[in-house]
Amino acid sequence: MKMSPREVFALRDYLGAELTGRTISDARQIVSLTNILAATCLGDRSGELSGRSVLLAVADQLISGLAMTELDGVVQRMLLCPPDLNADYLQALMEDAGIDAVVTDEPERWADAPINLIVTARAPVPTTVKARTERATEWLMLTSGTSGIPKIVSHALEGLTGAIIADGPARRGPAVWATFYDIRRYGGLQIFLRAVIGGGSMVLSEPGEPIADYIARLRTAGVTQISGTPSHWRKLLMSGSVEGFSPRYVRLSGEIADQAVLDGLARAFPEASIGHAYASTEAGVGFAVNDGLEGFPASMMGENRDGVAMKVEDGSLRIRSTRTAHAYIGRNAAALADADGFVDTGDMVELRGDRYYFVGRRGGIINIGGLKVHPEEIEAVINRHPDVSMSRAKSRRSPITGAIVVADVILADGADASRNNEIRGQILADCRASLASYKVPAVIRFVPSLDITSAGKLARHDA
Amino acid sequence: MSVRLKIISAMQQIAVEQKVTLPPLDDDLSLHETGFDSLGFAILVARLEDDLGTDPFTISEDAAFPLTIGDFIRAYENVPA
Repeated sequence: MKMSPREVFALRDYLGAELTGRTISDARQIVSLTNILAATCLGDRSGELSGRSVLLAVADQLISGLAMTELDGVVQRMLLCPPDLNADYLQALMEDAGIDAVVTDEPERWADAPINLIVTARAPVPTTVKARTERATEWLMLTSGTSGIPKIVSHALEGLTGAIIADGPARRGPAVWATFYDIRRYGGLQIFLRAVIGGGSMVLSEPGEPIADYIARLRTAGVTQISGTPSHWRKLLMSGSVEGFSPRYVRLSGEIADQAVLDGLARAFPEASIGHAYASTEAGVGFAVNDGLEGFPASMMGENRDGVAMKVEDGSLRIRSTRTAHAYIGRNAAALADADGFVDTGDMVELRGDRYYFVGRRGGIINIGGLKVHPEEIEAVINRHPDVSMSRAKSRRSPITGAIVVADVILADGADASRNNEIRGQILADCRASLASYKVPAVIRFVPSLDITSAGKLARHDA
Repeated sequence: MSVRLKIISAMQQIAVEQKVTLPPLDDDLSLHETGFDSLGFAILVARLEDDLGTDPFTISEDAAFPLTIGDFIRAYENVPA
Protein backbone atom coordinates (compact mmCIF):
# COMPACT_ATOMS: atom_id res chain seq x y z
CA MET A 1 0.00 0.00 0.00
CA LYS A 2 1.36 3.36 -1.06
CA MET A 3 1.39 5.89 1.75
CA SER A 4 0.10 9.35 1.06
CA PRO A 5 2.84 11.99 0.92
CA ARG A 6 1.72 13.65 4.13
CA GLU A 7 0.23 12.23 7.24
CA VAL A 8 -3.53 11.75 7.07
CA PHE A 9 -5.50 11.72 10.29
CA ALA A 10 -8.75 9.83 10.48
CA LEU A 11 -11.33 9.67 13.24
CA ARG A 12 -9.90 6.41 14.60
CA ASP A 13 -6.70 8.22 15.42
CA TYR A 14 -8.59 10.10 18.14
CA LEU A 15 -10.09 6.98 19.66
CA GLY A 16 -7.15 5.40 21.45
CA ALA A 17 -7.81 3.28 24.52
CA GLU A 18 -5.75 5.58 26.77
CA LEU A 19 -8.80 7.76 27.52
CA THR A 20 -11.10 5.58 29.55
CA GLY A 21 -14.64 6.01 30.74
CA ARG A 22 -15.86 7.49 27.47
CA THR A 23 -19.28 6.46 26.19
CA ILE A 24 -21.75 7.19 23.44
CA SER A 25 -25.40 6.63 24.27
CA ASP A 26 -28.93 7.00 23.02
CA ALA A 27 -32.24 6.25 24.75
CA ARG A 28 -31.73 2.49 24.36
CA GLN A 29 -28.05 1.75 24.82
CA ILE A 30 -24.73 2.94 26.17
CA VAL A 31 -21.60 1.92 24.26
CA SER A 32 -18.14 2.31 25.76
CA LEU A 33 -15.67 4.16 23.53
CA THR A 34 -12.69 2.98 25.56
CA ASN A 35 -11.95 -0.05 23.42
CA ILE A 36 -14.00 0.90 20.42
CA LEU A 37 -11.07 0.36 18.03
CA ALA A 38 -11.10 -3.30 19.03
CA ALA A 39 -14.72 -3.60 17.93
CA THR A 40 -16.56 -3.56 14.61
CA CYS A 41 -20.07 -2.59 13.56
CA LEU A 42 -19.47 -3.80 10.05
CA GLY A 43 -18.65 -7.46 10.68
CA ASP A 44 -14.98 -6.77 9.82
CA ARG A 45 -15.96 -5.89 6.26
CA SER A 46 -14.48 -2.39 6.12
CA GLY A 47 -11.61 -3.79 4.02
CA GLU A 48 -14.09 -4.61 1.23
CA LEU A 49 -15.18 -0.97 1.32
CA SER A 50 -11.65 0.39 0.84
CA GLY A 51 -11.67 3.04 -1.87
CA ARG A 52 -15.43 2.76 -2.42
CA SER A 53 -18.01 5.53 -2.55
CA VAL A 54 -20.31 4.54 0.27
CA LEU A 55 -23.84 5.58 1.15
CA LEU A 56 -24.17 5.51 4.93
CA ALA A 57 -27.88 4.73 5.22
CA VAL A 58 -28.08 3.64 8.84
CA ALA A 59 -31.35 4.41 10.61
CA ASP A 60 -29.81 4.02 14.08
CA GLN A 61 -27.91 7.21 14.91
CA LEU A 62 -25.51 5.56 17.36
CA ILE A 63 -24.52 2.74 14.98
CA SER A 64 -24.19 5.33 12.24
CA GLY A 65 -21.71 7.33 14.34
CA LEU A 66 -19.62 4.26 15.09
CA ALA A 67 -19.69 3.29 11.40
CA MET A 68 -18.32 6.75 10.53
CA THR A 69 -15.32 6.14 12.75
CA GLU A 70 -14.76 2.77 11.10
CA LEU A 71 -15.14 4.03 7.52
CA ASP A 72 -13.24 7.31 7.76
CA GLY A 73 -9.78 6.94 6.27
CA VAL A 74 -10.81 3.74 4.48
CA VAL A 75 -13.52 4.62 1.97
CA GLN A 76 -13.08 7.15 -0.83
CA ARG A 77 -16.38 8.88 -0.11
CA MET A 78 -19.00 8.62 2.58
CA LEU A 79 -22.44 10.15 1.96
CA LEU A 80 -24.24 10.72 5.27
CA CYS A 81 -27.96 10.07 5.02
CA PRO A 82 -30.09 11.95 7.55
CA PRO A 83 -32.95 9.79 8.85
CA ASP A 84 -35.72 11.92 7.33
CA LEU A 85 -34.32 11.92 3.78
CA ASN A 86 -37.12 11.66 1.24
CA ALA A 87 -36.65 8.22 -0.37
CA ASP A 88 -37.72 9.64 -3.75
CA TYR A 89 -34.46 11.60 -3.91
CA LEU A 90 -32.19 8.71 -3.01
CA GLN A 91 -31.50 7.34 -6.48
CA ALA A 92 -30.59 10.72 -7.98
CA LEU A 93 -28.35 11.51 -5.01
CA MET A 94 -26.60 8.13 -5.27
CA GLU A 95 -25.98 8.67 -8.99
CA ASP A 96 -24.64 12.16 -8.39
CA ALA A 97 -22.30 10.92 -5.67
CA GLY A 98 -21.18 7.88 -7.71
CA ILE A 99 -22.21 5.55 -4.90
CA ASP A 100 -21.03 1.95 -5.40
CA ALA A 101 -21.59 0.48 -1.92
CA VAL A 102 -24.17 0.85 0.84
CA VAL A 103 -23.72 0.48 4.59
CA THR A 104 -27.10 -0.05 6.23
CA ASP A 105 -28.85 -1.53 9.25
CA GLU A 106 -31.81 -2.40 7.04
CA PRO A 107 -30.23 -4.73 4.44
CA GLU A 108 -33.62 -6.15 3.44
CA ARG A 109 -34.55 -2.73 2.03
CA TRP A 110 -31.55 -2.89 -0.31
CA ALA A 111 -32.00 -6.49 -1.53
CA ASP A 112 -33.20 -5.38 -4.99
CA ALA A 113 -30.98 -2.31 -5.36
CA PRO A 114 -28.57 -2.21 -8.32
CA ILE A 115 -25.59 -1.99 -5.94
CA ASN A 116 -23.54 -5.12 -5.56
CA LEU A 117 -21.87 -4.32 -2.26
CA ILE A 118 -24.26 -4.03 0.69
CA VAL A 119 -22.65 -4.15 4.13
CA THR A 120 -24.81 -4.59 7.20
CA ALA A 121 -24.18 -2.33 10.18
CA ARG A 122 -24.99 -3.79 13.59
CA ALA A 123 -24.21 -3.13 17.25
CA PRO A 124 -20.42 -3.38 17.76
CA VAL A 125 -18.79 -6.75 18.50
CA PRO A 126 -15.14 -7.41 19.46
CA THR A 127 -12.67 -7.94 16.63
CA THR A 128 -8.96 -8.60 16.23
CA VAL A 129 -8.78 -7.01 12.80
CA LYS A 130 -7.07 -3.63 12.91
CA ALA A 131 -8.30 -1.05 10.40
CA ARG A 132 -5.70 1.19 8.78
CA THR A 133 -5.99 4.79 7.75
CA GLU A 134 -5.34 4.70 4.00
CA ARG A 135 -6.64 7.98 2.67
CA ALA A 136 -8.41 11.24 3.46
CA THR A 137 -12.06 10.28 3.03
CA GLU A 138 -14.43 12.74 1.39
CA TRP A 139 -17.38 13.44 3.71
CA LEU A 140 -20.51 14.14 1.69
CA MET A 141 -23.37 15.85 3.49
CA LEU A 142 -26.80 16.95 2.36
CA THR A 143 -28.09 20.50 2.69
CA SER A 144 -31.17 20.94 4.83
CA GLY A 145 -33.13 23.27 2.54
CA THR A 146 -36.84 22.73 2.94
CA SER A 147 -37.93 22.38 -0.65
CA GLY A 148 -36.79 20.05 -3.42
CA ILE A 149 -33.85 17.73 -3.69
CA PRO A 150 -31.03 18.50 -1.25
CA LYS A 151 -27.61 19.46 -2.58
CA ILE A 152 -24.59 17.26 -1.90
CA VAL A 153 -21.75 19.12 -0.24
CA SER A 154 -18.21 17.74 -0.02
CA HIS A 155 -16.06 18.21 3.07
CA ALA A 156 -12.75 16.84 4.31
CA LEU A 157 -12.26 15.84 7.96
CA GLU A 158 -9.58 18.50 8.24
CA GLY A 159 -12.09 21.22 7.37
CA LEU A 160 -14.88 19.71 9.46
CA THR A 161 -12.63 19.71 12.51
CA GLY A 162 -10.91 23.05 11.83
CA ALA A 163 -12.91 24.98 14.43
CA ILE A 164 -12.55 22.17 16.98
CA ILE A 165 -8.78 22.12 16.75
CA ALA A 166 -8.72 25.95 16.84
CA ASP A 167 -10.80 26.02 20.04
CA GLY A 168 -8.43 23.60 21.76
CA PRO A 169 -9.39 21.00 24.35
CA ALA A 170 -12.16 21.54 26.92
CA ARG A 171 -10.57 23.53 29.73
CA ARG A 172 -12.58 22.17 32.60
CA GLY A 173 -12.05 18.45 32.41
CA PRO A 174 -13.65 15.87 30.15
CA ALA A 175 -16.79 17.05 28.49
CA VAL A 176 -20.04 15.19 27.97
CA TRP A 177 -21.55 16.42 24.73
CA ALA A 178 -25.13 16.45 23.54
CA THR A 179 -27.03 18.01 20.70
CA PHE A 180 -30.64 18.29 19.65
CA TYR A 181 -29.44 17.79 16.06
CA ASP A 182 -29.04 14.48 14.34
CA ILE A 183 -25.32 13.82 13.86
CA ARG A 184 -25.84 13.29 10.12
CA ARG A 185 -26.56 17.06 9.95
CA TYR A 186 -23.71 19.57 9.94
CA GLY A 187 -24.59 21.00 13.36
CA GLY A 188 -24.89 17.56 14.93
CA LEU A 189 -21.74 16.23 13.26
CA GLN A 190 -19.77 19.12 14.77
CA ILE A 191 -20.77 17.98 18.25
CA PHE A 192 -20.08 14.31 17.51
CA LEU A 193 -16.62 15.25 16.21
CA ARG A 194 -15.97 17.43 19.25
CA ALA A 195 -16.81 14.49 21.50
CA VAL A 196 -14.60 12.07 19.56
CA ILE A 197 -11.64 14.42 19.07
CA GLY A 198 -11.83 16.16 22.45
CA GLY A 199 -11.79 12.88 24.36
CA GLY A 200 -15.30 13.24 25.73
CA SER A 201 -18.55 11.32 25.79
CA MET A 202 -21.69 11.89 23.75
CA VAL A 203 -25.42 11.63 24.40
CA LEU A 204 -27.54 11.36 21.24
CA SER A 205 -31.05 12.62 20.64
CA GLU A 206 -33.79 10.11 19.94
CA PRO A 207 -36.47 10.87 17.34
CA GLY A 208 -39.91 11.23 18.91
CA GLU A 209 -38.62 11.16 22.47
CA PRO A 210 -40.59 13.49 24.78
CA ILE A 211 -38.41 16.47 25.71
CA ALA A 212 -38.74 15.79 29.46
CA ASP A 213 -37.36 12.25 28.94
CA TYR A 214 -34.51 13.60 26.83
CA ILE A 215 -33.59 16.17 29.48
CA ALA A 216 -33.74 13.45 32.15
CA ARG A 217 -31.18 11.45 30.13
CA LEU A 218 -28.96 14.53 29.73
CA ARG A 219 -29.08 15.07 33.50
CA THR A 220 -28.29 11.44 34.27
CA ALA A 221 -25.36 11.42 31.85
CA GLY A 222 -24.02 14.67 33.34
CA VAL A 223 -24.05 16.51 30.02
CA THR A 224 -21.79 19.57 30.17
CA GLN A 225 -21.96 20.90 26.59
CA ILE A 226 -25.06 21.04 24.43
CA SER A 227 -26.10 22.61 21.14
CA GLY A 228 -29.26 23.12 19.14
CA THR A 229 -31.17 25.59 17.01
CA PRO A 230 -32.99 28.53 18.61
CA SER A 231 -36.22 26.62 17.84
CA HIS A 232 -34.92 23.59 19.74
CA TRP A 233 -34.04 25.83 22.68
CA ARG A 234 -37.35 27.69 22.67
CA LYS A 235 -39.10 24.33 22.76
CA LEU A 236 -36.95 23.26 25.70
CA LEU A 237 -37.58 26.52 27.58
CA MET A 238 -41.32 26.09 27.00
CA SER A 239 -41.28 22.51 28.25
CA GLY A 240 -40.57 23.51 31.83
CA SER A 241 -38.17 20.55 32.08
CA VAL A 242 -34.88 22.37 32.59
CA GLU A 243 -34.85 22.06 36.37
CA GLY A 244 -31.82 20.15 37.63
CA PHE A 245 -30.11 20.32 34.24
CA SER A 246 -27.07 22.60 34.38
CA PRO A 247 -24.79 22.40 31.36
CA ARG A 248 -21.77 24.70 31.46
CA TYR A 249 -21.70 25.33 27.70
CA VAL A 250 -24.83 26.11 25.69
CA ARG A 251 -24.66 26.83 21.97
CA LEU A 252 -27.19 27.95 19.40
CA SER A 253 -26.76 27.66 15.64
CA GLY A 254 -28.67 27.01 12.45
CA GLU A 255 -31.17 29.85 12.81
CA ILE A 256 -31.04 33.47 13.96
CA ALA A 257 -30.45 33.64 17.72
CA ASP A 258 -32.55 36.62 18.75
CA GLN A 259 -32.10 38.51 22.02
CA ALA A 260 -35.19 36.90 23.53
CA VAL A 261 -33.89 33.34 23.25
CA LEU A 262 -30.40 34.35 24.42
CA ASP A 263 -31.92 36.08 27.47
CA GLY A 264 -34.23 33.11 28.12
CA LEU A 265 -31.26 30.73 28.15
CA ALA A 266 -29.24 33.06 30.39
CA ARG A 267 -32.11 32.98 32.91
CA ALA A 268 -32.51 29.19 32.67
CA PHE A 269 -28.77 28.43 32.87
CA PRO A 270 -27.23 31.23 34.94
CA GLU A 271 -23.92 29.36 35.36
CA ALA A 272 -23.45 28.46 31.70
CA SER A 273 -21.47 30.06 28.92
CA ILE A 274 -24.13 30.83 26.33
CA GLY A 275 -23.14 31.61 22.78
CA HIS A 276 -24.36 31.46 19.26
CA ALA A 277 -22.26 30.10 16.46
CA TYR A 278 -22.53 30.81 12.79
CA ALA A 279 -22.17 27.63 10.77
CA SER A 280 -23.76 26.04 7.73
CA THR A 281 -23.32 22.85 5.74
CA GLU A 282 -21.73 24.83 2.92
CA ALA A 283 -19.82 27.56 4.76
CA GLY A 284 -18.66 25.39 7.65
CA VAL A 285 -18.09 26.93 11.08
CA GLY A 286 -17.75 30.68 10.60
CA PHE A 287 -17.52 32.23 14.03
CA ALA A 288 -18.89 32.20 17.56
CA VAL A 289 -20.42 35.07 19.49
CA ASN A 290 -20.09 34.85 23.25
CA ASP A 291 -21.07 38.31 24.54
CA GLY A 292 -24.69 37.33 25.12
CA LEU A 293 -25.98 39.70 22.46
CA GLU A 294 -27.72 38.99 19.17
CA GLY A 295 -25.83 39.75 15.98
CA PHE A 296 -22.06 40.09 15.92
CA PRO A 297 -19.50 42.90 16.26
CA ALA A 298 -18.70 44.65 12.99
CA SER A 299 -15.03 44.22 13.87
CA MET A 300 -15.37 40.52 12.96
CA MET A 301 -15.75 41.50 9.31
CA GLY A 302 -12.61 41.04 7.24
CA GLU A 303 -9.92 38.48 7.98
CA ASN A 304 -9.64 37.12 11.54
CA ARG A 305 -6.96 35.19 13.38
CA ASP A 306 -8.45 31.75 12.59
CA GLY A 307 -8.01 32.46 8.90
CA VAL A 308 -11.73 33.04 8.44
CA ALA A 309 -12.51 35.94 6.10
CA MET A 310 -15.95 37.53 5.92
CA LYS A 311 -17.54 40.15 3.72
CA VAL A 312 -21.00 41.37 2.83
CA GLU A 313 -22.06 41.49 -0.81
CA ASP A 314 -25.58 42.25 -2.05
CA GLY A 315 -26.66 42.18 1.58
CA SER A 316 -25.60 38.61 2.29
CA LEU A 317 -22.77 37.30 4.43
CA ARG A 318 -19.91 35.65 2.49
CA ILE A 319 -17.33 33.45 4.20
CA ARG A 320 -13.97 32.12 3.10
CA SER A 321 -12.01 29.70 5.27
CA THR A 322 -10.38 26.31 5.33
CA ARG A 323 -13.54 25.02 7.03
CA THR A 324 -15.90 25.62 4.15
CA ALA A 325 -17.01 22.73 2.01
CA HIS A 326 -14.90 22.03 -1.08
CA ALA A 327 -17.65 21.76 -3.67
CA TYR A 328 -21.15 20.76 -4.54
CA ILE A 329 -21.19 17.27 -6.02
CA GLY A 330 -23.31 16.10 -8.93
CA ARG A 331 -24.21 16.49 -12.57
CA ASN A 332 -25.66 19.99 -12.35
CA ALA A 333 -23.61 21.13 -9.38
CA ALA A 334 -23.14 24.89 -9.23
CA ALA A 335 -19.92 26.47 -8.04
CA LEU A 336 -19.81 26.56 -4.24
CA ALA A 337 -17.54 29.59 -3.93
CA ASP A 338 -16.93 32.74 -5.96
CA ALA A 339 -13.67 33.43 -7.80
CA ASP A 340 -12.07 34.66 -4.56
CA GLY A 341 -13.10 31.56 -2.62
CA PHE A 342 -16.00 33.13 -0.70
CA VAL A 343 -19.13 31.05 -0.05
CA ASP A 344 -22.40 32.99 -0.24
CA THR A 345 -24.29 31.94 2.89
CA GLY A 346 -27.64 33.32 1.68
CA ASP A 347 -28.02 34.85 5.14
CA MET A 348 -28.85 38.54 4.92
CA VAL A 349 -27.20 40.91 7.40
CA GLU A 350 -27.69 44.54 8.26
CA LEU A 351 -25.23 46.92 9.94
CA ARG A 352 -26.74 48.93 12.81
CA GLY A 353 -24.23 50.93 14.81
CA ASP A 354 -21.16 48.79 15.40
CA ARG A 355 -22.91 45.45 15.04
CA TYR A 356 -24.20 43.31 12.23
CA TYR A 357 -27.60 41.67 12.68
CA PHE A 358 -28.99 38.72 10.79
CA VAL A 359 -32.29 39.70 9.20
CA GLY A 360 -33.28 36.50 7.41
CA ARG A 361 -32.62 34.09 4.54
CA ARG A 362 -32.46 35.45 1.03
CA GLY A 363 -34.81 32.68 -0.10
CA GLY A 364 -37.21 33.35 2.77
CA ILE A 365 -38.26 36.85 1.78
CA ILE A 366 -42.00 37.41 1.61
CA ASN A 367 -43.38 39.99 -0.77
CA ILE A 368 -45.82 42.49 0.71
CA GLY A 369 -47.23 44.77 -1.97
CA GLY A 370 -43.90 44.74 -3.82
CA LEU A 371 -41.89 45.35 -0.66
CA LYS A 372 -39.50 42.72 0.66
CA VAL A 373 -40.01 41.49 4.19
CA HIS A 374 -37.95 39.01 6.22
CA PRO A 375 -40.31 37.11 8.55
CA GLU A 376 -37.42 36.67 11.00
CA GLU A 377 -37.12 40.39 11.76
CA ILE A 378 -40.81 40.52 12.68
CA GLU A 379 -40.50 37.40 14.86
CA ALA A 380 -37.52 38.91 16.68
CA VAL A 381 -39.68 41.87 17.71
CA ILE A 382 -42.65 39.70 18.75
CA ASN A 383 -40.40 37.33 20.73
CA ARG A 384 -39.22 40.23 22.89
CA HIS A 385 -42.62 40.34 24.61
CA PRO A 386 -42.24 38.65 28.02
CA ASP A 387 -45.40 36.55 27.52
CA VAL A 388 -44.27 35.15 24.16
CA SER A 389 -42.37 31.86 23.80
CA MET A 390 -42.11 31.64 20.07
CA SER A 391 -43.64 33.08 16.91
CA ARG A 392 -43.80 32.72 13.16
CA ALA A 393 -44.55 35.53 10.72
CA LYS A 394 -45.76 34.72 7.23
CA SER A 395 -47.62 36.21 4.33
CA ARG A 396 -51.31 35.80 3.71
CA ARG A 397 -53.01 36.75 0.46
CA SER A 398 -55.11 39.87 0.53
CA PRO A 399 -57.65 41.01 -2.06
CA ILE A 400 -56.60 44.60 -1.33
CA THR A 401 -52.81 44.62 -1.28
CA GLY A 402 -51.98 41.19 -2.72
CA ALA A 403 -50.42 40.07 0.56
CA ILE A 404 -50.24 41.07 4.20
CA VAL A 405 -48.11 39.93 7.13
CA VAL A 406 -49.76 37.74 9.74
CA ALA A 407 -48.19 36.10 12.79
CA ASP A 408 -48.82 32.96 14.78
CA VAL A 409 -47.70 33.28 18.38
CA ILE A 410 -47.19 30.76 21.18
CA LEU A 411 -47.74 32.35 24.55
CA ALA A 412 -45.53 31.42 27.48
CA ASP A 413 -46.82 28.92 29.96
CA GLY A 414 -49.10 30.55 32.47
CA ALA A 415 -50.14 33.46 30.25
CA ASP A 416 -53.76 34.09 31.18
CA ALA A 417 -56.14 33.68 28.18
CA SER A 418 -58.22 36.59 29.46
CA ARG A 419 -55.22 38.82 28.73
CA ASN A 420 -55.01 37.76 25.06
CA ASN A 421 -56.38 41.05 23.75
CA GLU A 422 -54.11 43.06 26.01
CA ILE A 423 -51.05 41.02 24.93
CA ARG A 424 -52.04 41.30 21.27
CA GLY A 425 -52.28 45.08 21.66
CA GLN A 426 -48.86 45.24 23.31
CA ILE A 427 -47.25 43.09 20.60
CA LEU A 428 -48.75 45.30 17.89
CA ALA A 429 -47.52 48.40 19.69
CA ASP A 430 -44.01 46.90 19.93
CA CYS A 431 -44.09 46.07 16.22
CA ARG A 432 -45.30 49.54 15.27
CA ALA A 433 -42.56 51.08 17.36
CA SER A 434 -39.75 49.19 15.62
CA LEU A 435 -40.98 48.08 12.19
CA ALA A 436 -42.20 49.81 9.04
CA SER A 437 -46.00 49.77 8.89
CA TYR A 438 -46.23 47.16 6.11
CA LYS A 439 -44.21 44.77 8.32
CA VAL A 440 -46.57 45.06 11.28
CA PRO A 441 -48.75 41.92 11.40
CA ALA A 442 -52.34 42.61 10.31
CA VAL A 443 -53.53 39.64 12.32
CA ILE A 444 -51.98 37.94 15.34
CA ARG A 445 -53.25 34.47 16.16
CA PHE A 446 -52.40 32.64 19.36
CA VAL A 447 -51.58 29.00 18.62
CA PRO A 448 -50.66 26.04 20.85
CA SER A 449 -47.65 24.93 18.77
CA LEU A 450 -45.57 25.63 15.66
CA ASP A 451 -44.01 23.03 13.38
CA ILE A 452 -40.27 22.44 13.59
CA THR A 453 -38.54 20.66 10.69
CA SER A 454 -36.43 17.55 11.27
CA ALA A 455 -33.38 19.80 10.90
CA GLY A 456 -34.58 21.76 13.94
CA LYS A 457 -35.73 24.85 12.09
CA LEU A 458 -39.04 26.63 12.28
CA ALA A 459 -41.11 25.28 9.37
CA ARG A 460 -41.83 28.03 6.84
CA HIS A 461 -44.29 26.54 4.41
CA ASP A 462 -44.95 29.73 2.51
CA ALA A 463 -41.36 30.79 2.16
CA MET B 1 -73.07 41.23 17.84
CA SER B 2 -74.45 41.96 14.38
CA VAL B 3 -72.23 41.88 11.31
CA ARG B 4 -72.58 45.65 11.08
CA LEU B 5 -71.44 46.16 14.66
CA LYS B 6 -68.52 43.78 14.24
CA ILE B 7 -67.35 45.69 11.17
CA ILE B 8 -67.67 49.09 12.84
CA SER B 9 -65.89 47.81 15.93
CA ALA B 10 -63.03 46.32 13.86
CA MET B 11 -62.65 49.63 12.01
CA GLN B 12 -62.49 51.55 15.27
CA GLN B 13 -59.83 49.17 16.58
CA ILE B 14 -57.70 49.56 13.44
CA ALA B 15 -58.18 53.35 13.52
CA VAL B 16 -56.70 53.40 17.02
CA GLU B 17 -53.78 51.19 15.94
CA GLN B 18 -53.11 53.23 12.78
CA LYS B 19 -53.63 56.56 14.55
CA VAL B 20 -56.44 57.50 12.17
CA THR B 21 -59.31 59.72 13.33
CA LEU B 22 -62.49 58.27 11.89
CA PRO B 23 -65.34 60.54 10.84
CA PRO B 24 -68.86 59.33 11.80
CA LEU B 25 -69.31 56.03 9.91
CA ASP B 26 -72.52 56.79 8.04
CA ASP B 27 -73.65 54.40 5.31
CA ASP B 28 -73.01 56.89 2.53
CA LEU B 29 -69.54 57.87 3.74
CA SER B 30 -67.08 57.15 0.95
CA LEU B 31 -64.38 54.66 1.97
CA HIS B 32 -61.79 57.20 0.85
CA GLU B 33 -63.09 59.59 3.49
CA THR B 34 -62.54 57.13 6.34
CA GLY B 35 -58.85 57.99 6.39
CA PHE B 36 -57.88 54.31 5.94
CA ASP B 37 -55.20 53.55 3.38
CA SER B 38 -55.08 50.28 1.44
CA LEU B 39 -53.09 48.63 4.24
CA GLY B 40 -55.83 49.62 6.69
CA PHE B 41 -58.47 47.98 4.51
CA ALA B 42 -56.26 44.90 3.98
CA ILE B 43 -56.01 44.52 7.77
CA LEU B 44 -59.77 45.02 8.13
CA VAL B 45 -60.65 42.41 5.49
CA ALA B 46 -58.20 39.87 6.99
CA ARG B 47 -59.53 40.32 10.53
CA LEU B 48 -63.14 40.16 9.38
CA GLU B 49 -62.36 36.94 7.50
CA ASP B 50 -61.11 35.42 10.76
CA ASP B 51 -64.04 36.80 12.76
CA LEU B 52 -66.89 36.22 10.32
CA GLY B 53 -65.42 33.29 8.40
CA THR B 54 -65.76 34.98 5.04
CA ASP B 55 -63.96 37.32 2.66
CA PRO B 56 -66.52 38.50 0.08
CA PHE B 57 -63.84 40.18 -2.05
CA THR B 58 -61.84 37.03 -2.65
CA ILE B 59 -64.76 34.60 -2.98
CA SER B 60 -66.26 36.40 -5.95
CA GLU B 61 -63.75 37.33 -8.63
CA ASP B 62 -65.96 39.93 -10.22
CA ALA B 63 -66.93 41.62 -6.96
CA ALA B 64 -66.03 45.26 -7.34
CA PHE B 65 -64.55 46.74 -4.20
CA PRO B 66 -67.31 48.86 -2.57
CA LEU B 67 -67.30 52.64 -2.66
CA THR B 68 -69.13 53.47 0.56
CA ILE B 69 -69.39 52.16 4.11
CA GLY B 70 -72.92 50.94 3.35
CA ASP B 71 -71.74 48.97 0.30
CA PHE B 72 -68.89 47.51 2.33
CA ILE B 73 -71.17 46.29 5.13
CA ARG B 74 -73.71 44.92 2.65
CA ALA B 75 -70.96 42.86 0.96
CA TYR B 76 -70.62 40.96 4.24
CA GLU B 77 -74.33 40.88 5.05
CA ASN B 78 -75.17 39.44 1.64
CA VAL B 79 -72.80 36.49 1.85
CA PRO B 80 -74.93 33.33 2.14
CA ALA B 81 -74.35 31.78 5.54
